[in-house]
Amino acid sequence: MNSPTDWKSEAMRARIRRRYAAERRFRLVGLGAVLLSAAFLAFLLLTMAANGWRGFTRTEIRLPVDFPHSTLILDPATIQGFGAEAALAGADIAGVTTKAADAAWPAIGGARLLSDGAWLNVRAAIRHDPAILNGRAAIYVPAATDIDLAAKGDGSPEAERAYAALKKEGAVRTAFSIAFLTGADATDPTVAGIWGAFKGSLLTMLVTLLLAFPIGVLSALYLEEYAPRNRWTDLIEVSINNLAAVPSIIFGLLGLAVFLNMMNLPRSAPIVGGLTLALMTMPVIVIAGRNAIKSVPPSIRDAALGIGASRVQVVFHHVLPLALPGILTGTIIGMARALGETAPLLMIGMRAFIATPPGGVADPATVLPVQIFLWSDEVSRGFVEKTSAAIIVLLAFLLLMNGLAIFLRNRFETRW
Amino acid sequence: MVTSSDTAPKMTARHVNVFYGDKQAITDVSIDIGMDEVTAFIGPSGCGKSTFLRTLNRMNDTIAAARVEGAITLDGEDIYASGMDVVQLRARVGMVFQKPNPFPKSIYENVAYGPRIHGLAAGKAEMDAIVERSLRRAGLWDEVKDRLPDSGTALSGGQQQRLCIARAIAVDPEVILMDEPCSALDPIATAKIEELIHELRGRYAIAIVTHNMQQAARVSQKTAFFHLGRLVEYGDTPTIFTTPRETRTKDYITGRYG
Repeated sequence: MNSPTDWKSEAMRARIRRRYAAERRFRLVGLGAVLLSAAFLAFLLLTMAANGWRGFTRTEIRLPVDFPHSTLILDPATIQGFGAEAALAGADIAGVTTKAADAAWPAIGGARLLSDGAWLNVRAAIRHDPAILNGRAAIYVPAATDIDLAAKGDGSPEAERAYAALKKEGAVRTAFSIAFLTGADATDPTVAGIWGAFKGSLLTMLVTLLLAFPIGVLSALYLEEYAPRNRWTDLIEVSINNLAAVPSIIFGLLGLAVFLNMMNLPRSAPIVGGLTLALMTMPVIVIAGRNAIKSVPPSIRDAALGIGASRVQVVFHHVLPLALPGILTGTIIGMARALGETAPLLMIGMRAFIATPPGGVADPATVLPVQIFLWSDEVSRGFVEKTSAAIIVLLAFLLLMNGLAIFLRNRFETRW
Repeated sequence: MVTSSDTAPKMTARHVNVFYGDKQAITDVSIDIGMDEVTAFIGPSGCGKSTFLRTLNRMNDTIAAARVEGAITLDGEDIYASGMDVVQLRARVGMVFQKPNPFPKSIYENVAYGPRIHGLAAGKAEMDAIVERSLRRAGLWDEVKDRLPDSGTALSGGQQQRLCIARAIAVDPEVILMDEPCSALDPIATAKIEELIHELRGRYAIAIVTHNMQQAARVSQKTAFFHLGRLVEYGDTPTIFTTPRETRTKDYITGRYG
């Protein structure tokens, strides 16, 4: 046993070769895993961008309207001040729009070329400049879904022909669709917008954050800094960990039973969605918060106690600021999960068709993921690209939230 | 085992027992901390000297299982009495820890934090004066006066420890407890702290736990030797180091164990 180790023996060299080979294998497998996930991510983003980009644009047709010779009875003078809305509401603008289209393109489909919401643009044009009522005007209005698809190279033969005719006339254009970003859900894909769902998500997240963040952080602080270590706190800890792992649909049922049936809160409202998602997000914040608080060095607590700081001062002057970056990271993970959540919101009725953006947390609303789910289920083919566009909006929202979290984290992070 | 001094001692401990759960860490310790002098606690690791030090400003309260028996007084007042406010007690009995632990804030904020929470300064000018005085007394002013807004954690280890001393004296304590304040420092930084302890003596009653025999001999006037949770010997430092009564003290001081 006392002979010196023979570092040059064949067995030793083989062992060294095996060790290097194992290291190379591990690195290759790791690299492969990263590349695979990067490829999936790139595939997802590229498909979404390619499909979704068209969802942000729409085809518009220049509709010639001869107002003096139309059936419209509307005096430009009345479309001013407080009476404007009433005057516009009383006029048959939809009829005029239909007749104008029928007159302009009798051979290729007339009014069927236009979106159901085309008359809204005519009304907007009149409100913008009542003087056009005195003569002939050309107003860009959204095209029907068929024409829109044809413009994007995906329409029926009949629509393709109509589109070709319009194009020859120079009466079509592809425009960035402000309506998509400012409108709410609609049955017609050409006028359907994402703002309603976006605002619903925003309000829901706001309720979730306002409830889950303070409750989660205070729970974490109490459990870490004040609670005695005994069987009860162990039980609470296990329960919170389990709560974080409960499937989200269960939280939806809980929200349905408690918030809607027992407390009679309004159905489909962001307040209920926010409450339900807060139940789901809070355990995540508690767990992340406790870990962050645990990682604050005890010497800092000693230092503060040693010069006569009270427990509350130790916690709020020293522990919480140092733990905040970790707590924020946990919060944003929880919020991102809540933002993408569909199942529990279906249970509390946020899947309704809502054609107006919510004005407050008690108004009926839908949220981005549910809107995506609903649109992906639609029969009309025009909703395919709207679905992709909505996904892009959801991803952008997520990125924005994460960016904000990283900014806040770096802002509060302490350099040791 | 209690030596009488001419003036009343700043702090007294009588028959103190400390338990961690079922385990007894300190058994029947009686000792005086005199004003105008430095008392050194020496003894092998785990002998309870740090535990005893922490009973003097009730830092052991933060450990749930810790229990203290006996009487400890500050100016004749029982610090474990129900009427004693622990927050004020810790301002009056300051503490410097083994590892320098400045707050991750600016040098100024480190010193100003204590006076601020106790409301000792009426305005910015007064606070500036307290910060400067504390840093001067801690012998750090000349080194940091131009970079008060810099982080306290950016200082060297020795400077950090002096910053912690400045932080402790900023709240104008009567007693300063030091728990092995030099164990994480190099010899030069250690020498500076020892010099500082000399200068602080007279203004504050100081108790220092140390593993370093020479340090105890250099800085203290009274020395207490702890072993296995008991106070073995307590007396004037020269006496303890030259003619100890107990063989255990002699063996420890001469490096036979510890």
